[in-house]
Amino acid sequence: MIARDERPLRAVPRAVFAALATALLLQIGWQSTQPRPVARAQALAAPPPVAMLRIASLGEPVPFAQLMTLYLQAFDNQPGISIPFRELDYQRVIEWLAAILALDPRGQYPLLMASQVYAQVPDPARTRLMFDFIYQQFLRDPDRRWRWLAHASLVAKHRLKDQPLALYYAREIARLAPAAPGWARQMQIFILEDLGEIESAKILLGALLSTGEIHDEHELKFLNDRLQTMQDAGKSTPSTRN
Amino acid sequence: MRRQQIATLARFTLMEALRTRLLWMFVIALALLFVVTGFMQQLAITESARMQIAFSAAATRLVAVFVLSLHILTSIAREFDDKGLELTLSFDLRRSDYIFGRLLGFVLVALAIALIATLPQLLLAPHPAALQWGLSLALELVMMAAVSLFCIVTFTQLLPAAGFVGGFYLLARALSAIRLISDAPIAGGDTPSHQLMARLVDALALLVPALDRFTQSAWLVDGAAAWSLLGGCAVQAALYTALLGAAAMFDFYRRNL
Repeated sequence: MIARDERPLRAVPRAVFAALATALLLQIGWQSTQPRPVARAQALAAPPPVAMLRIASLGEPVPFAQLMTLYLQAFDNQPGISIPFRELDYQRVIEWLAAILALDPRGQYPLLMASQVYAQVPDPARTRLMFDFIYQQFLRDPDRRWRWLAHASLVAKHRLKDQPLALYYAREIARLAPAAPGWARQMQIFILEDLGEIESAKILLGALLSTGEIHDEHELKFLNDRLQTMQDAGKSTPSTRN
Repeated sequence: MRRQQIATLARFTLMEALRTRLLWMFVIALALLFVVTGFMQQLAITESARMQIAFSAAATRLVAVFVLSLHILTSIAREFDDKGLELTLSFDLRRSDYIFGRLLGFVLVALAIALIATLPQLLLAPHPAALQWGLSLALELVMMAAVSLFCIVTFTQLLPAAGFVGGFYLLARALSAIRLISDAPIAGGDTPSHQLMARLVDALALLVPALDRFTQSAWLVDGAAAWSLLGGCAVQAALYTALLGAAAMFDFYRRNL
């Protein structure tokens, strides 16, 4: 058994006991009179410059970018308070997302947050801001980032009811992202069809089929059927007018 | 006689800080910080002055706490190891007076460090805000001096004492945020385990000072704080220093030297 290297309690003078007890009671009394901390929403500060973030990452920009992503993601849930997305400063959010992508260009998380989280806010102006950010980032690496612009195109078409914007994004995917799958590159055709621009859609679809890029039999059949339907609709249009 | 003994111990503690070049080391650390924050200001695209002030103040605060705590821990640990303590106590000196004298000396060192730390802030930020920041840092350092003294007297070994001081400081800085989170959890707020944890956190808040209310960089960049806030900090610092001084005495009396 190890002997305790301590003297008995009676070795402590009573004055020290009294001082300790008094100080402890005063501390507890003082702290109990202090108001409870109140949650206040803090504005999102601008991110530091990317050069500084690179220094702070100590040569590990990818995990540092991931930590920044988690910080940004949790920002709407500050301690004791939940901030609606519509109250966030979207320009600041975009600055953070851009800084994260600058540190980790192959990461998809910031673009997912932009398209699936921040763009879902019921405020068309903020949604468009996020779409513009996604488009700018798409231009830097179309083959890796086309899917987020495709999502933006679909949301622009169905939720914002902005067919020209949806068509513009779809055309950019077809023009700049050769690695995107056929459905993404064919989106512009269906948007044109919805816009009533059947001739343009037919030309595009015919061109796509003639290039031989599509090898899947089911996809070929589907697109051929679609082209046929468009052509039939085009033929039947004058008769319906009569 | 007792007062003279306490004053002598305090003077020797101050001399030890000067002879170990503690204050010079702190000045060099501040100069390095000043260079780093200047570099950051050059990098910043916007709000460069704000960024420089905030980073400089936050880093200075941390360095000040680190330097002071480590000095106190190593000073007392060295005295334990060199048997200097036994020699000191072989004189007609009460153990409580030893703690009083050492604590007083470390408080003076803390005030000197706070004074040096305030000078760069006076150059960067508005003077009233920098003054408030400096006073608050002095109060915070006085408390941390008492915490460090208590820990090294209690644990006697450098590593556990330094670990405890570091853990205490982190907890005291984060306690308000922890309380806010426990008050408004995102999920599972009505479970018994959460209720128990919330009670424990509240009980902890009675014993640990909320250091997040002290020495805020926001005072320097967003405008000075209310002086009443500083009054509250002063009361808290006085109470906590007294509590830890008494706790250190209690442990020191029980130690078998």
